[in-house]
Amino acid sequence: MVGALGCAGLAVPFVKSLEPDASVAAAATTVADLTGIAPGMQMTLSWQDKPVIIVHRTPEMIASLKEVEPQLADPNCTVPQQPPYAKNIYRSIKPEWLVMVRVCTHLCCIPLFKPAPGSVEPGWDGGFHCPCHGSLYDLSGRVYKNVPAPRNMAIPEYRFVDGGKKVEITAMYPEAKLC
Amino acid sequence: MSRVLAWIDRRFPLSRLIRESMTEYYAPKNFNFWYFFGSLALLVFAMQVITGIFLLAHYQPSASKAFDSIQTIMYDVKWGWLIRYLHTTGASFFFIVIYLHMLRGYLYGSYRKPRELLWIVGFVIYVCLMAEAYFGYVLPFGNMSYWGGEVITSIVGAIPYAGSWLASLARGGFGIGTATLNRFMAFHAVLVPALLGLLVVAHVLALHETGSNNPDGIEIREHLGPDGKPLDGIPFHPYYTVKDIMGVGVFLIALSLVVFYAPTVHGLFIETYNYIPANPLQTPPDVTPAWYLAPYYAMLRAIPDKKLGILVLFLAIAAPFFLPWLDRNPRAKSIRYRPVYLAMVVVLVACLLVLGWIGMQPASPALLPPARIGLALYFLFFASLPFVSRIEPTRPVPDRLRM
Repeated sequence: MVGALGCAGLAVPFVKSLEPDASVAAAATTVADLTGIAPGMQMTLSWQDKPVIIVHRTPEMIASLKEVEPQLADPNCTVPQQPPYAKNIYRSIKPEWLVMVRVCTHLCCIPLFKPAPGSVEPGWDGGFHCPCHGSLYDLSGRVYKNVPAPRNMAIPEYRFVDGGKKVEITAMYPEAKLC
Repeated sequence: MSRVLAWIDRRFPLSRLIRESMTEYYAPKNFNFWYFFGSLALLVFAMQVITGIFLLAHYQPSASKAFDSIQTIMYDVKWGWLIRYLHTTGASFFFIVIYLHMLRGYLYGSYRKPRELLWIVGFVIYVCLMAEAYFGYVLPFGNMSYWGGEVITSIVGAIPYAGSWLASLARGGFGIGTATLNRFMAFHAVLVPALLGLLVVAHVLALHETGSNNPDGIEIREHLGPDGKPLDGIPFHPYYTVKDIMGVGVFLIALSLVVFYAPTVHGLFIETYNYIPANPLQTPPDVTPAWYLAPYYAMLRAIPDKKLGILVLFLAIAAPFFLPWLDRNPRAKSIRYRPVYLAMVVVLVACLLVLGWIGMQPASPALLPPARIGLALYFLFFASLPFVSRIEPTRPVPDRLRM
């Protein structure tokens, strides 16, 4: 009995050794410079081995978020796929800046950024189109109805630094699910 | 020579081991085609260990070097291409051989009493083999390796409560990277092969304890001659060693044809997208698994709910474990005397073939209904067996082997 407890205790350092090491934790946050992203443009960077897209939304893009709402599965973002400060139709801190993990919630594919109206199907208002299984998202990463993906795409925890010229992506929002 | 042997035998049971497991191990005299695959599995295992050791001499388990080191093996290492193709082809042939070996068990009721433990050890070998194949699939770090690794570790992540911690243990980082490759190599080259070796020894020990089953599903040990040996048994050596060597010859011809003429089998044994280096920012158009896991993948995709799909996946893998207790026919084991059970096995195999094909196709709603029918029939086999086997029509089983 005591021997079994001893063995279990000895297993702890061995199991713990398999957890991500210090260098992984050190590379956990990423800072992105926003000054080079013109309105309507995007930048995708690798954060924690996952693609994060930063979109500089134009006023037209922001206006489209209201128009597509009847077609969305969860327009009010009730599923906690974003930190509380991004629980709005923009799914962001500032409406013009979208910071989002660009991973389809269906089977982990990387959706294409299709901002141009009509570029995916007639009547398309701009958004994301997953080439794998056809899931559709609006320009806030909110998922459409009747597509394979079950949830809106995930928003990580982030904050603006350097007077709003840069954004620091700090952590995955714990309740958000990727795929 | 005999003095050397006597010296050894006083200190190690060499002659006794040979006698008990080879020259005086009595196997039923009516073994047929289906009885080649046990020894062939042993042969492929040895081949994978040997080729694997030579690949380890050149492979570099790091995210930046792994893919290039495979190209080095293919182009710069003398005969590297042969060793690698033997290893990749061997992986697929391992599954072909094991699936035929398992099907033999289904056909002749080889899992039935008293061979339950023999069957279960074999089942655990199969599960270890799937793990071994998966770890090996990730190591070359092509883009299918990366996304295959990603999808399977995210399945681990779907386990309630401990899932995300377990997934981070499996990955050693946020994604599949150097830490993952190093631990997967430790599993692929040390842990799982060592387990497999031990399990194979246990499998053979259990086999020699109960004696082999046969196409008639009759116990030959129930009819012993005056010398105490089974009347319907013949010594494994030389009779079945010679037979197995014939099987080895045919097997090596088939293996050579693939290795030398079609090592990728048009993307079936080595997937086309694995010739592109791993890229965390780009998914291949379709993430489909290797052919030998495709039926399970089709089952996973046939369920619209993610957690339920994973549960069904695990149940499908686990179902054969319970076979010894699901089959309750009191009179016969083998399909030779059980026409209904034979029909059920044929349907089961057809389901798995269709599911395997569906699992390798791009996901499409048109394939959902056939996948769901296949899935339902697969589970219906196991669910109905306890009832069908008790009432099914059974032909009279002879006392002795028919031959």
